[in-house]
Amino acid sequence: MLKFTEEHEWLKVEGDVAIVGITAHAAEQLGDLVFVELPEVGASFSKGADAATVESVKAASEVYCPLDGEITEINEAITADPALVNSDPMGAGWFFKLKLRNVGDLDGLLDESGYKELIG
Amino acid sequence: MDETAALKTTPLHALHVSLGARMVPFAGYDMPVQYAPGVLKEHLWTRSSAGLFDVSHMGQVTIRARSGKYEDAALALESLVPVDILGLAENRQRYGFFTDDKGGILDDLMIAHMDDYLFVVVNAACKEQDFKHLQDHIGDSCEVTLLDRALIALQGPRAVDVLAELWADIAYMKFMDVRHCRLHDVSCLVSRSGYSGEDGFEISVPADKAEDIAKRLLEHPDVQPIGLGARDSLRLEAGLCLYGNDIDQTTTPIEGALEWAIQKARKTGGVRAGGFPGATRILGELDGGTTRRRVGLKPEGKAPVRGHSKLYAEAEGKTEIGEVTSGGFGPSVESPVAMGYVPTDFAAPGTTVYAEVRGKYLPVVVSTLPFIKPTYKR
Repeated sequence: MLKFTEEHEWLKVEGDVAIVGITAHAAEQLGDLVFVELPEVGASFSKGADAATVESVKAASEVYCPLDGEITEINEAITADPALVNSDPMGAGWFFKLKLRNVGDLDGLLDESGYKELIG
Repeated sequence: MDETAALKTTPLHALHVSLGARMVPFAGYDMPVQYAPGVLKEHLWTRSSAGLFDVSHMGQVTIRARSGKYEDAALALESLVPVDILGLAENRQRYGFFTDDKGGILDDLMIAHMDDYLFVVVNAACKEQDFKHLQDHIGDSCEVTLLDRALIALQGPRAVDVLAELWADIAYMKFMDVRHCRLHDVSCLVSRSGYSGEDGFEISVPADKAEDIAKRLLEHPDVQPIGLGARDSLRLEAGLCLYGNDIDQTTTPIEGALEWAIQKARKTGGVRAGGFPGATRILGELDGGTTRRRVGLKPEGKAPVRGHSKLYAEAEGKTEIGEVTSGGFGPSVESPVAMGYVPTDFAAPGTTVYAEVRGKYLPVVVSTLPFIKPTYKR
């Protein structure tokens, strides 16, 4: 199951764990990323909290935690090579895995067609 | 400025839009921040080939003495800047700044000696105020005119060859030379200068001919359009100040490490020492030093340290000592780079200070500027 937030994160859900990244649209808007800061494994976040930071040549942006949950894994490949987020945002450029506090919260997020409508 | 107010446009606005630029408000103008390749590639293209920048938002001003003599215009301008204008050779340009009575910097500018007049380029955000400043102080003796012309910068190692295809003599110009020339039968004023740390040229063009000239330059395979995003990272790597960020009315030229722009004639003991606003403070600092200085800052880690980040003496962030004024990622140096102000005691290259970034104190090392080796043809 693939879900999206209005803040341009995507979630690929398997059971109660979501792989989280930023959408191709967001990666394009941010431009070439030169730095990524990821949360620590074991950290808990509420929906909308700053979970990661991405920086392009020009500016820093926050990546929000899409739902309440705990970080179970991070993708250190993107801290070593932030350009992966630009080249493969929905694949090798994922950010972290999030164990969802309440799987039912997924219902409040956008599906693929809803997200496409949002970004026009 | 009221954000709902209509933004001004340059003569190249339609061209930027047609080239797919991402447009942003800058100094009251709707300007291209980047094109499709993005800031990183545009930056590297400029360092390896030739980048075309629209800098038409900047102010272009001529100053002519009512007497008709260059000397009178030069001496009039010297009453407002700590620069040797009388000794500026014909067809040569110099960097300078307007100062205020407290020694602060009102704007920085480029000053050229054309035959019997001065040609001056000032910052977009300051141009109305600069024009008034000139009118108020030297308007009696000089005719000051704000020109309606476009300004195109062609920067990078291939710029000279691209322009030499249009005007062979350009290859004989040296850094900071200024010449009248004809490009595609358009009367232009060209200076071998820019703000990228690269060899390059700034071309003043009549507004109605700007799009034609820019399009013809862009037809060359070595030329790509470059946005303000890359202009900022290029000038930062080159250690060049951005007015409003790195220097302003709260900084003196000596604090800003710009004493190299004050020539011997205007310094203590010089033939025309002082005589500009704030001279007592500025010459005093030149002779006796300042309590703080603008320095290069190289973050040790990979995280960029942006403008307005606070600087501390210790890793625990106890004693605030200064602030970053410009910072980002340097695509050519492949690491974060920054500039900022630190107390003189911390200004020696190699000194480690700590920048606050998202609640952490990251080590940054005071470094000599520029971060890249400039390729000016002196």
